[in-house]
Amino acid sequence: MVYITAVCVFFAVAITTAIVLFFFKYHRKSADDIGVPIHGDSRLEAAWLVIPAILALTMFAGGAVVYVDYRRAPLDTLDIYVIGKQWMWKAQQPTGLREINELHVPVGRNVKLILASEDVIHDFSVPAFRVKMDVVPGHYNTMWFRPTKAGRYHFFCSQYCGTNHALMGGWVTVMDPSDYAAWLSGSSDANANPVVAGEKLFAEKACNTCHLSDGKGRAPSLNGLYGAKVLLADGSTVTADDAYIRESILDPKAKIVAGYQPLMPTFQGQLTEEEILSLTAYIKSLGAQPVPATGAGIAPATGKK
Amino acid sequence: MSLTPSPGHELPSEHYLNATYGIRSWLLTTDHKRIALLYLASVTFFFFIGGTFATMIRIHLLTPNGYLVTPENYNKLFTMHGVAMIFFFLIPSIPAVLGNFLIPLMIGAKDLAFPKINLLSWYIYLVGGGFVLYSFSTGGLDTGWTFYTPLSSVYSNSAVTPAVLGVFINGFSSILTGLNFIVTIHTMRAPGMTWFRLPLFVWAHYATSIIFILGTPVIAITLLLAGLERMFHLGFFNPVLGGDPILFQHLFWFYSHPAVYIMILPAMGVISEIIPTFSRKTIFGYTFIAGSSIAIAVIGFFVWAHHMFLTGQSPYAALTFSLLSYLVAIPSAVKVFNWTSTLYKGSISYDTPMLYALGFIGLFLIGGLTGLFLACLGLDIHIHDTYFVVAHFHYIMVGGAVMGYVGGLHFWWPKITGRLYPESLARIAAVTLFVGFNLTFFPQFILGYLGMPRRYHSYPPEFQVLNVMSTAGASILALGYLLPMIYLVWSMRYGKVAGRNPWPATGLEWQTDSPPLTENFDVTPEVTWEPYDYNNRPELGLAVTGEPSLAPAHGDD
Repeated sequence: MVYITAVCVFFAVAITTAIVLFFFKYHRKSADDIGVPIHGDSRLEAAWLVIPAILALTMFAGGAVVYVDYRRAPLDTLDIYVIGKQWMWKAQQPTGLREINELHVPVGRNVKLILASEDVIHDFSVPAFRVKMDVVPGHYNTMWFRPTKAGRYHFFCSQYCGTNHALMGGWVTVMDPSDYAAWLSGSSDANANPVVAGEKLFAEKACNTCHLSDGKGRAPSLNGLYGAKVLLADGSTVTADDAYIRESILDPKAKIVAGYQPLMPTFQGQLTEEEILSLTAYIKSLGAQPVPATGAGIAPATGKK
Repeated sequence: MSLTPSPGHELPSEHYLNATYGIRSWLLTTDHKRIALLYLASVTFFFFIGGTFATMIRIHLLTPNGYLVTPENYNKLFTMHGVAMIFFFLIPSIPAVLGNFLIPLMIGAKDLAFPKINLLSWYIYLVGGGFVLYSFSTGGLDTGWTFYTPLSSVYSNSAVTPAVLGVFINGFSSILTGLNFIVTIHTMRAPGMTWFRLPLFVWAHYATSIIFILGTPVIAITLLLAGLERMFHLGFFNPVLGGDPILFQHLFWFYSHPAVYIMILPAMGVISEIIPTFSRKTIFGYTFIAGSSIAIAVIGFFVWAHHMFLTGQSPYAALTFSLLSYLVAIPSAVKVFNWTSTLYKGSISYDTPMLYALGFIGLFLIGGLTGLFLACLGLDIHIHDTYFVVAHFHYIMVGGAVMGYVGGLHFWWPKITGRLYPESLARIAAVTLFVGFNLTFFPQFILGYLGMPRRYHSYPPEFQVLNVMSTAGASILALGYLLPMIYLVWSMRYGKVAGRNPWPATGLEWQTDSPPLTENFDVTPEVTWEPYDYNNRPELGLAVTGEPSLAPAHGDD
């Protein structure tokens, strides 16, 4: 930032000075004056092709390092789900605690937000942390940051999303870890636990009639699924992450697990993004279960998580 | 001053304005000069509409909670401001008005290659504009000029369908104009007018026409798909119907990023004419300026996804597009360096077009350099979708393209009307515009860096001071635009008669009457000189100093 600003200010000042200087120095002396014909200079042209190109490449490299780091979250993150909908933000802590237009995070932890949208494209933006990310319907995007100082910071919706776009914001509260723990336990609610809610949905929507845990059902067992590589009918493999699970619920025929028939109906329009997240959380919790010998569709080489 | 015409000037007895009379002679004309004036009237109309919306936006943002309009209406204001200004003013302004008028004159032709198609382009523009005005007046449009799906195709309750149709139809006008220019430049150059004797204005329009032809069909199809999704629920972009909203953004920016170059390249062409004329010397690095226009047009097609760094696109794609975005900055920098060098040892006058040209360089410089911040991946995370972006593209589009357009209008006004505008009033207006512009948009860079997001009808109170500054600047800017509108119209009747070549300038368009004949030239001219070569043009009546230059303009590049 400082580097780019310095280079830009240098060129802005240099060129402006040259223009102003020439403007007055070479002002027309008499009405029929003409200038000295100078057609060009290939050395100068080469210089001002190459030097800006090198400067530009260094700017690119500096920005690229920051960006790649931002797009690749560390492994030890505190994962919080954030759902945008016209015109409010819902956040769900790992314990299941829900907040609206508020987000509480502890100092000194790497926090990863998993972003989903119920309707149009939004963007979760915290200027004080220098982070933002679009929240796109049909996709999961993630962003991460590491709060360093307790306090309250504005967050905004940065992608225009309709009438009350400007009101779709709130506050990130950064707390000391002990305060954060106290805050979490002070308002815990067992029913809100996403794993519990997901398990309940799993039964309500009759998922459990096919996805038997012993692998002998009409559909693959979900034990050990999350994070594993799944072998598909066309011979390719895919990592079972949030996006894969979401797609398999909403569009089951998109990727068929090897050895199974495409029997599952779509749940498009029958589940909210929040319910999908609960189901995902439940499936995630099954990751710790033993994988049945047959029928999980998990690619052999990788084993379980 | 060179501006004072010698007393003997009289308007020619016969010219394109008095060749025929009556409304039919205008509405059915195939004369590129009259069609240019029809465009002048219609783009000015849309500029006025877009400007009115902008005024209301700035008044509304005076206070954090904004009392002028409701959130819904605020969203409609900035959307309609963008649609009117971009699709119906900026994109057609220089090509369809100045390009239309000047390209045949500059290359020594009687008209464009397809005069009837030229007229057809204007009617298509009117039909497209009609649909858009219908949308504005029956519910308005609140999707943002970017029409992002699924907001535009599913959720918006405003009149999206007619607006999308209007922009779709208007696209054909651009395509036909581009086609017309390319064929004309290839086939209708006068004897001796080789490619490297073409004025740089023509090179810039050639590059622009390439974008018109290759880019416009993509936006047309994209908006049609969005319209079909809205009307018939065909799933292209809506994830509920199996579509992908990110696909829309790829298609949209594939045109809409090059569209920025549609706006700025012709302005660069104008500047490349003004600077040598008012420095009275040949342009520095002719081939590099011409080549950089083509380079910008080509590389400009490969940078579109820098609008999408934070949509969740693959980091590898982001790296590629960031690198290419830095590359497209190089040919722009080359132009700025060459313009500045052209001033060196010139014979510089302070005439109004020159003030606009130098203002253009300054504002384009700031607009271009701030693009380096946005192309930087790490920085873009913070300033993406903030007022920093708003300031950046206004510096390019208004500071660049509009300054170029208004400067060009002044420069060629004597050719278009046969009369001079009032010089001192025009200089005051040019300085007013420059000051007002900077006061309006520079504070927005700071607002963006502090984190104020775009398209907000209300904002936290800490941003108020800078917003008030911006609104104050906008009122100066508005005055700067009203002044030329008034005195240019006044000068059409009362301005001093200009004569053929008041500046004097070297281009072919200045070798014929002001205003020109309907056929442009009595006899087809033959070109025996290099562009902007003041030293070998004794007929201009200027004092030739130093040794006459024998090398061709591009000889030692």
